Order: sequence, then C-alpha cells, then structure tokens
Amino acid sequence: MASANSLSRPTDAAPQISLGRRLTDGLITLSTAGAVLLVLLPLGAIFAYLVYKGIGSLNWAFLTRTPKPVGEIGGGMANAIGGSVLILLIGSIVGVPVGIGAGIYLAEYGRNRFGDLIRFTADVLNGVPSIVIGIVAYGIVVLRQRHFSALAGGVALAIMMIPTITRATEEMLLLVPTAVREAAYGLGVARWRTTLSITLRTATSGVITGVMLAFARVAGETAPLLFTAFGNQYWNWNVNQPTAALPLQIFTYAISPFDEWHRQAWAGALILIILIVAAVSAVRYVAGRGMLKGAN
Amino acid sequence: MPGPEPVTGQQLAAKVRSRAIPLLHDRDSKWADGTFRIVMLGCGIAVLALVGLIIYELITKGSLAWHAFGWKFFVGRDWDPVNDQFGALPFVFGTIVSSILALIIAIPLAVGVAVFITEISPPWLKGALAFTTELLAAIPSVIYGLWAIFIMVPLLRQYVQPWLAKTLGWTGLFEGPPYGIGMLAAGIILAIMIVPIISSITREVMTAVPQHQREAVLALGATRWEMIRMGVLRNARAGILGGIILGLGRALGETMAVTMVIGNRAEIARSLFAPGYTMASVIANEFSEATGNLYLSSLVEIGLALFLVTIVVNILAQFLVWTVTRGTPARAHG
Repeated sequence: MASANSLSRPTDAAPQISLGRRLTDGLITLSTAGAVLLVLLPLGAIFAYLVYKGIGSLNWAFLTRTPKPVGEIGGGMANAIGGSVLILLIGSIVGVPVGIGAGIYLAEYGRNRFGDLIRFTADVLNGVPSIVIGIVAYGIVVLRQRHFSALAGGVALAIMMIPTITRATEEMLLLVPTAVREAAYGLGVARWRTTLSITLRTATSGVITGVMLAFARVAGETAPLLFTAFGNQYWNWNVNQPTAALPLQIFTYAISPFDEWHRQAWAGALILIILIVAAVSAVRYVAGRGMLKGAN
Repeated sequence: MPGPEPVTGQQLAAKVRSRAIPLLHDRDSKWADGTFRIVMLGCGIAVLALVGLIIYELITKGSLAWHAFGWKFFVGRDWDPVNDQFGALPFVFGTIVSSILALIIAIPLAVGVAVFITEISPPWLKGALAFTTELLAAIPSVIYGLWAIFIMVPLLRQYVQPWLAKTLGWTGLFEGPPYGIGMLAAGIILAIMIVPIISSITREVMTAVPQHQREAVLALGATRWEMIRMGVLRNARAGILGGIILGLGRALGETMAVTMVIGNRAEIARSLFAPGYTMASVIANEFSEATGNLYLSSLVEIGLALFLVTIVVNILAQFLVWTVTRGTPARAHG
C-alpha cells in the first residue's frame, strides 16, 4: 500500500508538493510582507513630514503668542493650545465620572438584560460619526445659549468619551477576582464601599488606561468642534465664549491659502501628535506595570 | 503585604476595633447601598439617554426638510441654498463612492497585514508591527488631512494621475484634468485611515480560530498559504467581513481628512479625478454658515441619514465579529 510506503520513508513526502503550490505559497508570503511595507510607508511618511516640517516652524513665539492677522509673519497658537486644554478639561469633568459610573453599573449590577441593552447602546454610541455628535451638541448647548462656546465643545467631546470609558471600566472591573469582593463582604463592608474602595481601587490602573485612551481619541477631534467651540483668534478662558482649539486651528490654517499659516499648521500638528503619542505611551507604560496591582 | 506580627490579644482587639469597626458600620447604612446603586444606574441610563437624545435632536431638527422634500430629498441633485432647493444625492453619491474606493484599496492591504502578523511574521516582530499599525489609528483625522493636502495630493497630481489616465483612461474612471484633489484622493486617504481597524479585527478573529484547525490542515500536507486559506481565513471569514464592515462604517462617517481633499463640489461625475462632496463634509463646511431654517434642517437631515446608516453598519459588523469570537468559530461550509 502506498501509505505504508510513505510511512516507512517520510522524506519522500516533501517533493510531492508541486512547484506551482510552492510558488503560490512564496508569492503570497511576499505579497503579505509587501502589504505590511505599503501600510507602514504612509505612517513613516506622516511622522517624517510632521517632524521635518513641524520642527522648523516650532519656536517660542509659536507656543506663547496668539495668531497674527493675515499676511503678517509670526504669532503662534498659544490660545489654541490653551483652548484645547479648557475644552478637554470640560469634556473630562463631564464624561469621566459618567463613563466610570456606567462601567461600574455594568460590571457590578449589569449581568442582566438591561445591562446588555446598555452595553449594546454604548457600542452604538461609539460608532456614531463625530460630526453627528457635533450637530447634537449644537442643538442642546449652542441653540440654548445662543452662541458658540467652550462648554458646547466640551459636551460634544464628553459624549464621545463616555462609551469608551464605560466599556474599558467594565472590562477592568470584571478582571478583579470575585474573591477580593467576597473578602470585603466577609468583613461586613457594605457593597458600595467594596466597589469604590476595593474593586475600583484594585482596577485603578486599568481604568486610567481606558480614560487615557478615550482622552487621546478625542484630543485630536476636529469635526465636533467646528460648530460648538467654533474657534477664536484670541485668548479665552470663559466657558461661555467661543474658544480656539488646536485641531480646529490646524484645519483652518491648512485649508487657507497662506504659506505662513501652512507652516504653523505643521507646527501645530507636531504639537498635537506629541501630546497624543505621549498619552498613548503613558498608557502602555501604566498598562505594562500590570492592570491589577493589588489583585494578588 | 508585610507578614503578620505577633501581637497580644489586647493589642489585636484594639487594632481590629480601630480598622474594621468604621467599615462594619456600613452594614447599617442600607440606604447608602441603595443610593450608590441608583447613582450608578443613573450613569448607565445616561448612556441610553444620550443615544435617545441624539435621535430626538436629529429627528426634530430635521423634520422641516423631511416635510418639505420627503424621500425626494435623497434623489434630488440640486443643492441650491439661495433658492431653498435641497437635494442630497451628490453627497450620498460622494460618500458611497469614496467609501467603496477606500474599501477596494484597504481590504487586500489590511488582510495582508493581518495574515503576515498572525501567521507569517517571526515572533519578535509581531508586537512591534501590531503596535505600529495601531499607531495609525491614533493619528487624528485632521493630521491625515494636512499630510494629504501638502504631500499626497501633489504626488497624485504629478505622477499617479497622469499615469492612470494614460493606462486606464479608456475606462472613463480616470479622465479629465488631474487636479490632485478629488474623489481619488479622498478614497486613498480613507483607505489609509481604515486599514488599522480592518486589520486589527481581522487579527482578532484569526487568533480566535483554534490551533488544531491549522494543525489539521498542515497534517494533510498543505503549504503554509493553503493552511491559512483553508484552515484560518475560511473559519474566520464572517469575522473578517465584520471588520471590513466596521471599516466601512468609519469611512462613511469620516469628516475632516475627506473634507480637506475631496474638492467639495456638489456634482456627480463619473471620473474619480473630479472633485466631489460627502455627507459629512457638507455638514462640516456649511453647518455654521447655514442661514435659514430649511437650509439648517436639510443639513441635520443629512446628519440623521448618516447616523442611521452608520448604526446599521456597525450593528451588522459587531454581529459578524461576534459569530467568530464567541468561542465556537463559524463552521466552514463547502
């Protein structure tokens, strides 16, 4: 029998794979490697140009001055950086507690149909295009206030942060072993106290990771700010007034016809990407130290 | 934790009293538990309420346009704010064409990257490659747009478009003056942006395929590619389709980068070189300047349509991914 033969001489099996099949295999391997290179190419090009074009335009004035009128050289984006900080702060103050709260509900009380509904809705909210969020923030804040404001921008970003934080918090809390909770209950600690001081505490670094990821995601958002925060050429710390934001300023400058503004758009983009990469790297550092420091 | 120190009975009792008693008091505060639960429930309901609010806002603010035009809104080709004539077909067309173009470019790349990372790459390279491709997802849309305007578009105009016109001009898809900006540029930048999503989902579902599927195919004498095709891709195909649809959802709603390179002209052209307009871009460009209630309402209705389409697309995608990753991989038929 043939099978008996090949069993006794296993080396004969190799040549049975025809040249065509081996060629296909090699070609596919090469083309997947090629796909990787093709994808890494724009990534490399984007970072290279950001650094190359950005560094040249980055100077002290850029970080400390407000924009100059059209046609004048100089000025900077200090007010836009400050405005972004203000808007992100509002977004975090509104979004982080609600997101974490909803995450706690899902992990601790939400093992039922209603929890599934919230989980599903959070995923739906995650997929809503950011420009649509902008329309809604316009409707609920700008129309009431009758003018654009940092608050409206903050609300838009908060809506975008909530689902990400909710799902991350839930995931992290579920990683905390039930034994840890039971130990607290066994000592007679109330459930709310167990959740806050024991479970949430144990999962802190994981939850922070989720919050930072949500933060990094909205930090570069432009679309929801177009008709909420709107932009501003001057300093503004009033939450009820239109406010500049770094991504908005980059957009305005990039589509303008002025070389000086193009130059500054690149510098702004470099600052923005540094902020985001720093946030993401911090996350990886925190996450690398272990999600659950106190679990063991 | 430091080990337990030997303590006398009295000291221990004192310690227990000082540490544990405050916590034990909690047991009496049943109302605190109830309140906490209600507050957390409130946060959960807030998530539901937000989606409800989005739907309510879009429907009420868009109703004016709906009553004025009905279904004709989405087949009308005229977008003329001066005469209060609004038809969204050019935007629907632009959104669909740019997204499909993006998918055509992105799918082979993303699946290729996922196959390379999960099945072919040496182990030391895996983590770095996965991280780098995911870094693409962290770049803000506006930075993609900036890069596309100043680096990619000139390259398209000078090299790619003339070459396409010469070799494929007869199809009618690549004719007309090579502006650089236009549908083609929008499709390419969208493709770059959705590759990380598709490839990370594809990786996820490929990893979920049990190892013995691979071993079984290899034992039959398959080459590595045959193993990937028959053992992995076939089992993971529903999930991969889910990843692709998720990428489509992102492409449909993507705003800034597209707005910056598509040309923003409400026309329906056959050539991919021609400028176009998408649903998201028209909202971005015209919403804050829209004068007149009907104008604003028409833009909100476009937003509503965009919302509904992306919701349906995302739900479909999640269902498909779930069928693969829920534990039992989808069975291979045929």
